[in-house]
Amino acid sequence: MRKKIWREAGASYLLLSPTLFVLLLFIIGPILFAVFLAFHKVQLLGTATFEFVGLDNFKRIAGDLRAKIALWNTIKYVAIVVPCQTILALVLAATLNAGLKGQKWFRIIYFLPTLTSSAVLTLIFMWMYNENGLINHLLEMFGLPTYNWIGDPKMALNAIMMMNIWSTAPFYMVIYLAALQDIPDSLYEAAELDGANSVQKFWYVTVPYLRPVTSFVVVMGLIGTFQLFDQSYIFSGGSGGPNNSTLTVVLLIYQYAFKTLGTMGYAAALAVALAIIILVATLLQRKFSKEESLY
Amino acid sequence: MKNKLAIGKALLYVLLVLYAVVTMIPFLWALSSSFKTLEEIVSGTISFIPKHFTLDNYKQIFIEQKMFPRWLLNSVFIAVTVTVLNLLFNSMAGYALARLQFPGKKPLFIIILAVLMIPVQVTMIPNYLILKQLGWLNSYQGMIVPTMVNATFIFMMRQFFINFPKELEEAAALDGLSRIGTFFRIVLPLARPALAAQAIFVFMASWNDFMRPLIILSDPELFTLPLGLNSFKGQYISYWNYIMAASMVFTLPVLIIYAFFNRYFIKGISFTGGK
Repeated sequence: MRKKIWREAGASYLLLSPTLFVLLLFIIGPILFAVFLAFHKVQLLGTATFEFVGLDNFKRIAGDLRAKIALWNTIKYVAIVVPCQTILALVLAATLNAGLKGQKWFRIIYFLPTLTSSAVLTLIFMWMYNENGLINHLLEMFGLPTYNWIGDPKMALNAIMMMNIWSTAPFYMVIYLAALQDIPDSLYEAAELDGANSVQKFWYVTVPYLRPVTSFVVVMGLIGTFQLFDQSYIFSGGSGGPNNSTLTVVLLIYQYAFKTLGTMGYAAALAVALAIIILVATLLQRKFSKEESLY
Repeated sequence: MKNKLAIGKALLYVLLVLYAVVTMIPFLWALSSSFKTLEEIVSGTISFIPKHFTLDNYKQIFIEQKMFPRWLLNSVFIAVTVTVLNLLFNSMAGYALARLQFPGKKPLFIIILAVLMIPVQVTMIPNYLILKQLGWLNSYQGMIVPTMVNATFIFMMRQFFINFPKELEEAAALDGLSRIGTFFRIVLPLARPALAAQAIFVFMASWNDFMRPLIILSDPELFTLPLGLNSFKGQYISYWNYIMAASMVFTLPVLIIYAFFNRYFIKGISFTGGK
């Protein structure tokens, strides 16, 4: 009997060995290493040297103007993109779920942006955002003001926001679609008996029923949007410009870690701070949605 | 009453069609630009149908940038290898966590759940230093080994195997098959739906990844497509006809996969969507 237990443990660890290897060497090890780096000044020239500096890296964040700009840009981005993409996803899913003919085809089309790589999407949108490009022409056609989307510091981040709402909403739409299948018809029938119209049914049956899914979508959205990098990098050629308007926290971390010398420890401190911010935002959201569900 | 319903239906259709147009315009615009001449691109006329339809851009990008086929190959090799290894290793781990008894099981499961919460940026810098120490910067293994296991999909496979009927494995055990033999011969072949969904997500994530190759790869020979495309844009910034042609070439393989397997995409998301 004892032999059997040992054999099962052996088999388990054999099956788990690749996972344990990657987990230790590339995830858990690096997490501890990141915390270590955050308290050190790192020099990579020649042989790498680590000099203990205590909390200096964290104190430096408070006095770093670019860090403040990056944080502000990221928060603005999160605060606008997460609600917009969540609402858009919900509305699209509810519309697709209304039982119309051809909805399968609409679903296939809507999902396209999710498949396309961020690099390709950003290039396509940069071409459309061109001063002489499609979007400005369309705006002109409707008599609306045109903008220098890429070059104007006031517009560049907005341009990225619109692009990313457009490209990530379909992903969350599919999550909502799956959840919509589970709403029992009897709920809608009861609402109909009470004389509810379609909008009322959506507002009083669908939205409350989907609250746990919405919570999940918002948490995923928060985690995703706080990590904005690819689009900002490609949009600005890695600089976060014009005038730091597309500089995000992750782009700043990248610049300090890999583009300037001797600031890798500071970059690690920023990364640890970002992880804490994301964690706190996630926990806050969880707490809020729990309190809401009491009413 | 009937009239009202018809109006509602029509409104919904209008909404659906409008959003379909909003989704399609960027792709159609990119596609049409890729068939236009540079003069037409520069002139700034707005027409979805090219005035002088040309395939020159597609020819020219392969002449101007000799590395394109190489980048394509790198991307395919890395994405396929990462996908195959993920399917195997995540299932192995998920099965052990779902079905086998061993010391340290509970803490390990908690650690895997906790890892799900850690953003990549935290591990990115140490990963770079570790890969540097191993001499794996600018190498395929530097791209593949750190991504060959994924906590999200270990979790997903565990959930899948927990709901798997036990009788099959018990029958296999009676036939004298070992636990590992049972896993490879009986369980894994039956896990196909979960594997298909996982394969698509892992492949897409690897194929589209921008940050990891940006940090790990500096040798143009080893670039993946997103990285190559970004450097191509740097060189030909006003040649939007070339950039759009290159973008289309890189998007096509994924669209073909999607055309055949789109139902797995939808299923896969519902899988990961916490169900």
